[in-house]
Amino acid sequence: MTTHTHKDFLDQRHLPHIWCPGCGDGIVLRAYTMALAELGLAPKDVVTVTGIGCWGKSDDYVATHALHGTHGRALAYATGVKLGNPDLTVVTLMGDGDAVTIGGNHFIHAARRNIDLTAIVVNNYNYGMTGGQYSATTPLNSKTTTSPLGNAEPGFDICSLAETAGANFVARTTPYHIVSLKNLLKQAITKKGFSVVEVITPCPTYFGRYNINPSPVANMHWLKEKGVPVAKYQQMTEEEQAQHFVIGAFVNKDRPDFYTMYQQINSRNGTEREGER
Amino acid sequence: MNRPVGKQFMQGNEACVFAAIDAGARFYAGYPITPSSEIAELCAEFLPQVKGVFLQMEDELGSMAAVIGASAAGTKSFTATSGPGFSLMQENLGMAIYTEVPCVVVNVQRNGPSTALATRPGQGDVMQTRWGTHGDHPIIVLSPSSVQEYYDLTVRAFNLSEKYCTPVIILTDEVIGHMKEDLVIPQLDDLEIINRKVPTQSIEEYRPYQTGDDDIPAIAPFGSDYIVHISSSCHDETGFSNSKPQTADKLVRRLHRKIDRNIEDIVQVEWFGARNADLCIIAYGAVSRTAKQVVVDAEEKGLSVNLLRIITHWPFPDAQVKEALNQAKAVIVAEMNLGQVAQEIQRLNSSHTPIYSLTRIDGEMIIPSQIMSKIEEVMRS
Repeated sequence: MTTHTHKDFLDQRHLPHIWCPGCGDGIVLRAYTMALAELGLAPKDVVTVTGIGCWGKSDDYVATHALHGTHGRALAYATGVKLGNPDLTVVTLMGDGDAVTIGGNHFIHAARRNIDLTAIVVNNYNYGMTGGQYSATTPLNSKTTTSPLGNAEPGFDICSLAETAGANFVARTTPYHIVSLKNLLKQAITKKGFSVVEVITPCPTYFGRYNINPSPVANMHWLKEKGVPVAKYQQMTEEEQAQHFVIGAFVNKDRPDFYTMYQQINSRNGTEREGER
Repeated sequence: MNRPVGKQFMQGNEACVFAAIDAGARFYAGYPITPSSEIAELCAEFLPQVKGVFLQMEDELGSMAAVIGASAAGTKSFTATSGPGFSLMQENLGMAIYTEVPCVVVNVQRNGPSTALATRPGQGDVMQTRWGTHGDHPIIVLSPSSVQEYYDLTVRAFNLSEKYCTPVIILTDEVIGHMKEDLVIPQLDDLEIINRKVPTQSIEEYRPYQTGDDDIPAIAPFGSDYIVHISSSCHDETGFSNSKPQTADKLVRRLHRKIDRNIEDIVQVEWFGARNADLCIIAYGAVSRTAKQVVVDAEEKGLSVNLLRIITHWPFPDAQVKEALNQAKAVIVAEMNLGQVAQEIQRLNSSHTPIYSLTRIDGEMIIPSQIMSKIEEVMRS
């Protein structure tokens, strides 16, 4: 088997990428391609499914098979791809809009179904591509271009949502924590069943500028300071916890995935049916 | 699976499922909706028996997306729905057209708009199949009028879809979907099954959306050695997004050209009765069955009436309709909507033939006496 490096998973023709200075998307893309290479996969083994938005543009730079679809439907396409050819490694790259706002229904059902897909959800707490409007993960009271005085809606916790809905693997990290990011992606891609890695990512152009700091460096420091491991988080007071978010792997179980269950159940009465047609 | 063969007595929706499996469909994703649900139920039973997969999705947005995904992975795929679900499918129907992913969508029409008379028959979705998804796009739509034809056109829908790399819609109605009648299912060997083009270029030179003189791409399935990039954004021959004006123009014009240049292969109609009759009824689907009876009744009354039955809704049978307009002294268009096809026929009426639109939207069938009294009224004037 030929060994591949992360560069073999990048389509060099379309680089450099379009993302703003200080955006985390490029770092996540690098971690994704490194994870694929280190897992010994070849570009032909992998289908990258993207949605719409800043992170939804990432298929422009990948050399795997790719499907760039309509907004919010990445997991639904990916479900079809996986069932159309179960041998493929299928990874969806979605933003917070794609994954849990317009595509929230597909997200909970992919988790409930436990279909063997990986979702890399880049959460920058807002819609960057359309100019910084609030999404379903924008925290309460945050300023965005559609909540100029503050957001009256609380945001979803993507990982809690994934866990409650039934995902086999759920983790959260940031582009600041690049090594753990890559390792969590490797675990997620390897895991049979539905895996979610939420990557909290800076958007210095919009969300960061309005709510954190316009400086890319300051946004990186914010991730470093706010993202704390489970053990440390548990020692915090409730007030401190509210000022931080927990990083690491929270769910790692082996509930049978959809296709395994489907085959098992449908072979009950049909063992002799093969070849009859 | 015990494949039915020879003379059978079955429901329209049932015939559709056997035809889809015969055509090679191995993936169905859908959301239950009357009067199409029998298709889902039978797929759930039979697809696993032929190593296929039935998936009940969370909604029709996702159903259509999953169908695209499975087809892109090389598995012939389809879905079935009715008006409210078909409305939700418009989003990804456009995606399938634009990215040239073969698939079949069955719309068993019911009375509309909205939830309306669930679930009485209607034919109100004819224009939605043409223009329901946004932007300029071509579409192929087939309309069966019997259980036999439902079977035949389902096979044909998959074949056209694979041949031209485009979604094909089967636009039927509650009457044809739910009625039971005789049909003959051919031996598998006697069926012509068409599969999508396979690439012949070298892997290095391969561009999935490059076409030869036929304007049809050879898009490899995901997982093949040919790397495939499918994008709902404007894309060039590589499949990658490209927003140059000339790329956008070239792509959409080619999508239209690949259908337009094959109209003779795609368009089907049926003429019933004397070809040179004084009065021509134009109808389709369930209503064309009523119209056939009327042609027979009219002959007995000494009236010269024929029927032009539309089988291919889109692309529209312009040539055949023009022939009817030129031949007949008057045309009656009978349909269970407010004249959607009558307006399309008016577009072609350079001969200024009187066109009478006979409509019904109360969820009841157009009956022979309705058409007959219209004929008598027209003949008097």
